[in-house]
Amino acid sequence: MFPEILEFGRKGFADELLRGAAITLLIAVSSFIIGLVLGHIGAIAKLYGGPVSRGIAAIYTTVIRAVPELVLILLLFFAGTRGISALGEAVGYGPIDINGVLAAILVLAFVQGAYSTEVIRGAIQAIPVGQLEAARAFGMSPLQVFRRIVLPAMLPNAIPGLANLWMVVIKDTALVSVTGATFELFTATKIAAGFTKRYFLFYFISACIYLAMTLVSNFFIQKLERRLRRGQQELG
Amino acid sequence: MDWSWFPKYFPLFVDGLFITIQLLVLAMFFGMLLAVPIGLVQVTGPRWLATFARGYCTVMRGTPLLIQLYLLYYGVGTILATYPEVRQSFFWPILREGYFYAILAFALNEGGYGGEIMRGAFLSVPKGELEAARAFGMSPMKVLTRIWLPRALRNALPALGGETVLMLKATPLAALVTVVDLFGVADRVRQETYIIYPPLLTVLVVYLVLTFIIVRVFGHFERQIPSRR
Repeated sequence: MFPEILEFGRKGFADELLRGAAITLLIAVSSFIIGLVLGHIGAIAKLYGGPVSRGIAAIYTTVIRAVPELVLILLLFFAGTRGISALGEAVGYGPIDINGVLAAILVLAFVQGAYSTEVIRGAIQAIPVGQLEAARAFGMSPLQVFRRIVLPAMLPNAIPGLANLWMVVIKDTALVSVTGATFELFTATKIAAGFTKRYFLFYFISACIYLAMTLVSNFFIQKLERRLRRGQQELG
Repeated sequence: MDWSWFPKYFPLFVDGLFITIQLLVLAMFFGMLLAVPIGLVQVTGPRWLATFARGYCTVMRGTPLLIQLYLLYYGVGTILATYPEVRQSFFWPILREGYFYAILAFALNEGGYGGEIMRGAFLSVPKGELEAARAFGMSPMKVLTRIWLPRALRNALPALGGETVLMLKATPLAALVTVVDLFGVADRVRQETYIIYPPLLTVLVVYLVLTFIIVRVFGHFERQIPSRR
């Protein structure tokens, strides 16, 4: 039923596409998580930082969010790999050849961090001030307040925005293919399509795989949000 | 940093800027033409149309724009090229261009994102206003063109501003299907002179400026709307 080119093994491209999908997921998950960490740092800098850290965070989020991802990815990719290589030479380690997947993860994480910063900042600001004052009145340290009050109260507010970002990062992995340094799903598709000249078939299959990724994660995110919102009043 | 390329490529950058603006305006225009009915049928349409529109939004929002663009440009484009009738037709010079496929892909994509926004915007118009319009004896079409759509567009204005910025940031993808837009020029400088950063930084600044202009323009229109706050 399937044409030969969709088989596994040497003749077909099924295994290449699956491997590409796995690398796409690896890049997406890693950069999303690192982006979350950056987002927390950025949000805390914006909300509680001094003028310097607030200024840096403001420049970071404004510039990254106003410039096309494609331009950023190319710029950061070239600058980042060369910078790390130069750093290696400076400390006498010799030029470091940074792995393409790792570079992709770091670049996307840096971009995600800017968007996460805004989502998390908004979610933290939506927490009623009284709750934080109450926590402080109980004598909790700032770290305790963050872990016990801010984090659980902020997460349900942040979930819709973060869910959006997760979709964005899955789709942004396709842009990384322009660097030609990773073998994720889009690159795999491009190679398969170019090799067999069956462009429509392969881009269509690849679109279905991306769609499956986003639909499945949507399903789980909805479940997660319902769980995080347990005990909250329903609106409307 | 080496800026020796700049005088030679400056005219190309100006052309590229115009191509980028064209892409943005045409994609947003046709995208919104698509988005309004897609949003509307999800609110009032028959069940099968509403389901179709919802599915359309899911697919457009769930797959990378780059895949959609390649599917049209390489996928549909190569299939069209196999038909001699198409190749000899009057439209072939257009159907051959990456520019056409870029606008098509961007507009279809915008139809998905904008459709979702317009769905919410149509829902946000108070029911009483529509009932009042109907009580005045307006036909459903008149209610839509006089009351429902203008009010919905006003409510959607902030979201549409954000959507326009997102579309601007999507336009460089057109460079990957041979369109020489702003980013395409930077790419060309890189290929011809092996100078990487200065051209990329140049387009980065231009995109930054364009974003701020879009934000300001939409902010201006938002302030035009009388509100009680």
